[in-house]
Amino acid sequence: MLKEYLTVSSISGPLVVVEKTTDVKYAELVEVEFSEGSIRRGKVLESSSDKALVQMFEGTIGLDVVSARVRFLGKTQELGVSPDLVGRVFDGAGRPRDNGPAIIAKKYMDINGNPINPEARAYPQEFIQTGISTIDGMNPLVRGQKLPIFSAAGLPHGHIAAQIARQAKVLGKQESFAVVFGAMGITFEEADFFMRDFRDTGAIERSVLFINLANDPAVERISTPRLALTAAEYLAFDLDMHVLVILIDMTFYCESLREVSAARKEIPGRRGYPGYLYTDLATIYERAGRIKDKKGSITLLPVLTMPDDDKTHPIPDLTGYITEGQIILSRELHRKGIYPPVDVLPSLSRLKDKGIGKDKTREDHSDVLNQLFACYAKGKEARELAVILGEAALSDVDKLYLKFADTFEDKFVRQDRNENRSITQTLDMGWEIMRLIPKEELKRVREEYLNKYYSK
Amino acid sequence: MKKEAKIIKVSGPLVIASGCAGSKMYDIVRVSEKKLIGEIIELKNDLAYIQVYEETAGIGPGEPIYLTNEPLTVELGPGLISSIYDGIQRPLNVIRQASGDFIPRGVDISALDYNKRWHFKPIAREGQDVVSGDILGVVQETPLLEHKIMVAPNIKGKLVEIREGDFSVRDTVAKVKTESGIKEINLIQRWPVRRPRPAKEKFAPLEPLTTGQRVIDTFFPIAKGGTACIPGPFGSGKTVVLHEFAKWSDAQIVVYVGCGERGNEIADLLLSFPELKDPRSGRPLLERTVVIANTSNMPVAAREASIYTGITIAEYFRDMGYSVALMADSTSRWAEALREISGRLEEMPGEEGYPAYLSSRLAEFYERAGKVVCLGNNNRSGALSIMGAVSPPGGDLSDPVVQATLRVVKVFWGLDDKLANARHFPAINWLLSYSLYHDNLEEFLGKNIHDDFTRLRKEAMRLLEEESQLLEIARLVGIESLTFFDRLILEAAKSIREDFLHQNAFHEVDTYTSLAKQYRMLKIILEFYDLSREKLKEGADFDKIAKLPIREKISRLKYISEDKLVEFDTIENELRRSYA
Repeated sequence: MLKEYLTVSSISGPLVVVEKTTDVKYAELVEVEFSEGSIRRGKVLESSSDKALVQMFEGTIGLDVVSARVRFLGKTQELGVSPDLVGRVFDGAGRPRDNGPAIIAKKYMDINGNPINPEARAYPQEFIQTGISTIDGMNPLVRGQKLPIFSAAGLPHGHIAAQIARQAKVLGKQESFAVVFGAMGITFEEADFFMRDFRDTGAIERSVLFINLANDPAVERISTPRLALTAAEYLAFDLDMHVLVILIDMTFYCESLREVSAARKEIPGRRGYPGYLYTDLATIYERAGRIKDKKGSITLLPVLTMPDDDKTHPIPDLTGYITEGQIILSRELHRKGIYPPVDVLPSLSRLKDKGIGKDKTREDHSDVLNQLFACYAKGKEARELAVILGEAALSDVDKLYLKFADTFEDKFVRQDRNENRSITQTLDMGWEIMRLIPKEELKRVREEYLNKYYSK
Repeated sequence: MKKEAKIIKVSGPLVIASGCAGSKMYDIVRVSEKKLIGEIIELKNDLAYIQVYEETAGIGPGEPIYLTNEPLTVELGPGLISSIYDGIQRPLNVIRQASGDFIPRGVDISALDYNKRWHFKPIAREGQDVVSGDILGVVQETPLLEHKIMVAPNIKGKLVEIREGDFSVRDTVAKVKTESGIKEINLIQRWPVRRPRPAKEKFAPLEPLTTGQRVIDTFFPIAKGGTACIPGPFGSGKTVVLHEFAKWSDAQIVVYVGCGERGNEIADLLLSFPELKDPRSGRPLLERTVVIANTSNMPVAAREASIYTGITIAEYFRDMGYSVALMADSTSRWAEALREISGRLEEMPGEEGYPAYLSSRLAEFYERAGKVVCLGNNNRSGALSIMGAVSPPGGDLSDPVVQATLRVVKVFWGLDDKLANARHFPAINWLLSYSLYHDNLEEFLGKNIHDDFTRLRKEAMRLLEEESQLLEIARLVGIESLTFFDRLILEAAKSIREDFLHQNAFHEVDTYTSLAKQYRMLKIILEFYDLSREKLKEGADFDKIAKLPIREKISRLKYISEDKLVEFDTIENELRRSYA
């Protein structure tokens, strides 16, 4: 029989202080019975010898000091996992949302997980073809990588994430593959778009969805990505599946974290976000990866919206410091009607070098990538110059680069929402556009490849 | 009766315990039955504030605290090299063998392998008087490294016994008769990480620490025993640059501290280092490397300790008389760990929530670098150089960690977003960066490379600076309105940028350039400028000069491998003939 406390002394935001407690452990799970009989859950944030600070997951509306009954469950937050997870939809706290039965758990896993031993990590080096040229060609994704999409309000990040989930595959291999989808604070319509897309394409059969909508309790969002990643770890490292985890939208997650931190009256870091935001985000993002001698892998694709399109805002900034690159979307390209509006220059994939090249994609991939970057950068410079001085004032070479930039955006970047380009198509298209530039200008490409591909 | 030490409060990594009277600051304690490792960071009467190096979920008030009455120490001895440790020197490979792919809590594993036997060869003789730092004998730890067994600091006396043979690190190999009795000496030294290891004397560093990176060795060099920092926004290539240092710098020992950074980067290091060969000895680079890996998802308090663990190991090798380089990636994460703990202690914050003692802690850390005369009678010298990455939020250099770092380091390699976006790597901005070692190193470079080296560097730097001004003018009035002499400067500066400064870390030849090759490359590029300028004066056509076919060859100079430097002669001759 669990001890029940009737000693709640204060409630402030999502935080509840319980007095006269004994034997309460840090991070322990808590059940609180409201006066109207409903039961909500929370966890211990701070435990002293005679009182405990509890953070409620589902808000404190309707809770009172006098009649609340608090029980400490003696365990930390866990997720019951089994192969039946696949194909199901849960809410942000891990309860079924699809009217299906509860999961009969094969085992329970602590949702905070343990850090992967760096010594046990296998370096990600299998190229994933997403069918999107700006990603495959310029910022290749590899298995076990964490590559966020930096978006902003009004940009089609949802479509891009769905397209990647639909098209992603490893070249020449048939292996069991799953998508884990964690939604934090997105609207019903966005969530509905994903669910419909997953259903229409049959992707739902191999997906697990954890959905916390904008009108669900904000504090619940703090567990949602952890539940999703715990499910992913089980599928990847117990069931040998290759798991793609999409977390959307990390900005709302961070805001919930700030809410709890503010309620605790902690000293804030930048823009009111807690000083441990980096560490907290790292415990989420770093759960992606591959492990030596294990078949499965976790590839993580978090999506976040940059407040006011600002890359230096703490959320994108700290994310960029943890993840292995970033795909940045550009409002300018979006206005021009280009989909996907991937801004190639500031985007980056850090793990590309070991994932591309001979036997993986194509021998010339790395050189083509570097050269396209350099040319596009020069083209954009020329465009800026043309705005100031007029196009007529450009030198002949600059005019070529300007034309290159326009063609690059129109042909290479732009593609249809259902267009699935193979990596060979992407690279060939790269060469086609590079032919606009004279051969001696292409300094980033090795001579042998110039001879082989340039004059084709 | 002595009161038992007990937990009274748990808040994340901070645990408060009562009944700890008599404990000292920075003593190590074991927390709860799980034996989590913690360190005392504040004392109030019999209360101790403990930062715990492991996750504290499931720990609660009332549980016991075990006092060890010892500060956080590292074990120093044969077996360090090629190891990979977490922030408090627990070997990660042994943890993996013992407990699987994920790191559990409360693991207690010794840092050195106590069973492995090493061959100890004495150098000192029985009957000899020895003092701290004297070398008793050596262990050939790897083909690259002779591990010197030294008399620990604070021991002085007559060597009464010394034996040759195969020993494990805990076996006694020598006995010293001191004033306080006979001291047995084995192969291990223990040293508290927060206290710098002593040396006889420090002096100014006069030799360059070459890194094989052209922009650094030529333009912004660091000295052996010097300090440098490399701040930059994410994606500007900090880690790649630090990895390049770890690979190619001509230090004898490299200590790489991955402090709160990505797990996959450590995996990359561990994957590539056994395969990469040291350009001087041809042996795998791992044979001279120690890795400390406390990735961002590992406990934050251990991250704070990892920097000290790393530097103490580095100092130990410096004491043997080696040149050691320590790379810390990233000191910002270390500072954040400091901030997090400080916040939990409810200390009054300084700038941006960082504790007020941030800059003094940083200064203490960087001051542990230096060129020194080691303890011991033979007056050998050792050097410890520190290169620290800094990750300022949004790349903003006014960040308190950057500012505090710049006050103590001598070299600043400023990474630039714009260069990185244009895929100009290493993205070190030549107008922003500086090195205060130029004067120290001038004599060495003149003697060992060429008298002309310093002049060439200054000339190249002048061209780059003029370029930035000319480009500004060109942006306003158009490039056509510049004189041909100015346009030649632009061409030459472009060549310096693209053909010299730009360096591809992933190209098999380009990744490393010796000083000799750097000199020859720069010489040809500047000779092109000088000759062209002469010809322009004589009335030659500018466009013809700008399009000389030799320039194509100049742009490929970087791909000439180190064993074929004679090719430079051919190209030099060709260049001179080009104007005929």
